[in-house]
Amino acid sequence: MQLTVWTYEGPPHVGAIRIATAMKDVHYVLHAPQGDTYADLLFTMIERRDKRTPVTYTTFQARDLGGDTADIFQRACLDAHERFKPAAILVGASCTAELLQDNPAGLAAALNLPVPVIPLELPSYQKKENWGASETFYRLTRALLADRAQGFVRAERAAGKRPSCNLLGPTALGFRHRDDITEISRLLARLGVDVNVVAPFDASVADIARIPDADFNICLYPEIADVTVRWLERAFRQPTIRTVPIGVGATTDFIHEVVKVAELDPAVAETVIGSRLPWYSRSVDSTYLTGKRVFIFGDATHVIAAARIATEEMGFTVVGVGTYTREFAREVRALAETLGVEALISDDYLEVEARISELQPELVLGTQMERHIAKRLRVACAVISAPVHVQDFPARYSPQMGFEGANVIFDSWIHPLMMGLEEHLIGMFRGDFEFSDNATPSHLGSGHGSHTAARTVAEPMAAEIPARPAAAAASPGAMPPPTTGTSIIWATDAELELKKIPFFVRGKARRNTERFAILQGVDLITVDTLYDAKAHFGR
Amino acid sequence: MTVHAPITPAAGCSEPVVQRQRGQHAVFCGLTGIIWMHRKIQDAFFLVVGSRTCAHLIQSAAGVMIFAEPRFATAIIEERDLAGIADAHEELDRVVDQLLSRRPDIKLLFLVGSCPSEVIKLDLGRAAQRLDKRFNPGCRVLSYSGSGIETTFTQGEDAALAAMVPGLPASGTSDASLLIVGALADVVEDQFRRLFGEMGIRNVAFFPPRHSTDMPSIGPGTLMLLAQPFLAETARLLETRGAVRLAAPFPLGVEGTTGWLAAAAAAFGVQRGTFDAVTSGPRERAGKALARYEPELGGKSVFFFPDSQLEAPLARFLAREVGMRIVEVGMPYLHRQHLAPDMALLPPGTLITEGADVDLQMDRCRAARPDLVVCGLGLANPLEAEGLNTKWSIELVFTPIQGYEQAGDLAELFARPFNRKARLKVGARPSRTAFTRSEAESCN
Ligand code: SF4
Repeated sequence: MQLTVWTYEGPPHVGAIRIATAMKDVHYVLHAPQGDTYADLLFTMIERRDKRTPVTYTTFQARDLGGDTADIFQRACLDAHERFKPAAILVGASCTAELLQDNPAGLAAALNLPVPVIPLELPSYQKKENWGASETFYRLTRALLADRAQGFVRAERAAGKRPSCNLLGPTALGFRHRDDITEISRLLARLGVDVNVVAPFDASVADIARIPDADFNICLYPEIADVTVRWLERAFRQPTIRTVPIGVGATTDFIHEVVKVAELDPAVAETVIGSRLPWYSRSVDSTYLTGKRVFIFGDATHVIAAARIATEEMGFTVVGVGTYTREFAREVRALAETLGVEALISDDYLEVEARISELQPELVLGTQMERHIAKRLRVACAVISAPVHVQDFPARYSPQMGFEGANVIFDSWIHPLMMGLEEHLIGMFRGDFEFSDNATPSHLGSGHGSHTAARTVAEPMAAEIPARPAAAAASPGAMPPPTTGTSIIWATDAELELKKIPFFVRGKARRNTERFAILQGVDLITVDTLYDAKAHFGR
Repeated sequence: MTVHAPITPAAGCSEPVVQRQRGQHAVFCGLTGIIWMHRKIQDAFFLVVGSRTCAHLIQSAAGVMIFAEPRFATAIIEERDLAGIADAHEELDRVVDQLLSRRPDIKLLFLVGSCPSEVIKLDLGRAAQRLDKRFNPGCRVLSYSGSGIETTFTQGEDAALAAMVPGLPASGTSDASLLIVGALADVVEDQFRRLFGEMGIRNVAFFPPRHSTDMPSIGPGTLMLLAQPFLAETARLLETRGAVRLAAPFPLGVEGTTGWLAAAAAAFGVQRGTFDAVTSGPRERAGKALARYEPELGGKSVFFFPDSQLEAPLARFLAREVGMRIVEVGMPYLHRQHLAPDMALLPPGTLITEGADVDLQMDRCRAARPDLVVCGLGLANPLEAEGLNTKWSIELVFTPIQGYEQAGDLAELFARPFNRKARLKVGARPSRTAFTRSEAESCN
């Protein structure tokens, strides 16, 4: 058993629902109790979808157990087929029905429905949402293409015919998938590459059947499409473009890769490359970004992309990275090594909170979970990854991928930060009653970020966290965690001096000073200790 | 799964017509109650013993609102816990240790059963007894089931309250005392306490209490008023402890609130004149507040999908106090006894559907094209997209709506969709670009 306060991913059948909902004519019959219908609201409320989720839940009850749950499942299949007339049906069980062992696959097969019925085995007690989405996309694609895969021979592309590709991986409830598809399709069009199929987003069963017609695949979201593209490579000899085009550097690499795989004139690449980000990052005001300490957490794809943007395109210092995607832990560990930091591979929200409060970053790039952690710790935060919130489906065009995506990222990351001179002014005139501790960046307005509300909780929270077992376990080999519980005392004038340090670095200053005091064997922290520590640790 | 009995007219022709249905439900399970219960009882913690699905349900239904550290969590059952129940008990003990050492402020811990814990027959009652022995005093440990195979949405509260009943202290006296049963917003409790006090009823307790250390005592003198229509089991157990239930309509709207207060007044021998003197002011005020909404809502038709069990009293309020027409009242189940006073006030022939088949209900709703549909979160946007006005039913459970001072707010919740419709001059239908690729932004 795992004690869980908040989860980054839902169960694997929610991943399957993301595939079914993304598609136009697939229905999912899920053997599940009534409470599991909550999943519908993820799509209708968070994503604001205007159609019911294409899922029939059997909603069996206790009185059905040991009786006719299998019969209920079969009737649900028949009813769903008759009512919704899907072109393919997915069948499976949620966590509870998995325990009943009704065998949805066999029960559905026995009905001899006139459409493809694809059974899903999604082990609820081992796997999670992204794995479920990936598995579902793979099973669906494989089932629908099994016939074509038999003895498939790839024909040479006819001379003069434009190269074509598939965009694979975007789903319902994906982080900016809607706009990423548009941005990448537009980029490919300018390169002279046709998009054959986008799947599963907005794809029909017939579209899936056309996947082999393209010359190559683009794996936009490895969490969802990696397993599928590997199979397509083998079954249809379709090469895969694996660079995820998030950020200027990655998008440029992506373009070069496409040019190579599609055998385009290399000169065409130069005609499409361009983003405002590089100049914005080089403009003098952006020196205030230089060396800002960031912590990055999210799904593996977005974390890896964000780390590259942060270091190479914004000039930040990455102080920590992590992911909840265990399937791509290896990649994130490798990234951490190149950055010289420790990777946090965890889906334990408390552990992530502990790490953030320990590292005291100036900016957190994370998910909605980290947004809340950052709010409490009063650190700036920008959201870079799922799990999603209604705010992650903005009305405006807001891709993460491609050059427009890089522009969007530049804006959204620096938006929560204090602007250059403003930060200095606050630093210089700490005592100004209107700056006080509640000063937020002026462009965010007084109501933003509820710093005022968070204030009372923030400091006790931060102080309390290191005492938690999770925190202690998270930092083996680190300095002995000081702060609360030690016998160190702050002299009143030192405490007052500490208050003059801007709040967003004060926690770090306090901890560094206490650490320094322990190292020096000092019991009473004076103003001198404070500045000695500052000199010792640097910024 | 479209088994549905033919419409069975009840006794008299003036009574509601009840039809039963069985099919796909689109209602949350009893775990959902934790979202409001964990805020109501300030020193209680709800530990769900369930799957990742259960954890995801609570977090999604709560809208991932991490405004403070929540007093709920899930002990997620993993593959190895399925292997042996003995080990599962040990694992649970470990998780509870971990939890209580993190939260020493917790005085009451609920182990909340789920579908998986029930299907694998993990006996949480036994686990609670064992853990209670270890942690009590300091922290009491109770258990109940919020599973979707046994409970629907608001029944979770019933199960939680029922779990507390056996532990309520026995009152040593047979003096009359009033017990209000069912979680209410703090502000509503305070208003009711004031009104009862002005009538001279001073021995009033609320259950659940705001702190687990303030449990009301029960005895033969206890007269109980249900504040919520989904407390069948709690009421039954309180009755076995000697409490007597006062039949009353539920305190929604002026009429419901008056009837509810009057039931207590009558039982406590409050004089008519006193009752009128105490309630006339608030009644008049509420009447004024409601009058504003009558022109907006009067004559409009409303269709309820089954959700919270509040449907019958709400329909009664909308029909009688703002003049709406009731098309259909869907309810997950019908507790005829507790709802009798409300049902008697429904317009003659009102159609009540007990149970659910969401697809058939959608068909009926589309055919009727009511002016307003009260439904769950999964259906609201799809129905809006079909041009129907909707009101999410879950909001009615999370908002203070009981009592005189909230009668206007209650009407406002139903008026807002109309108000919005009147204001908006754009997009009678959503553009497909809301969540799909925009053509304008597509390849150029
Ligand atoms: S219906 Fe059952 S399995 Fe689903 S969330 Fe509720 S308790 Fe958990």
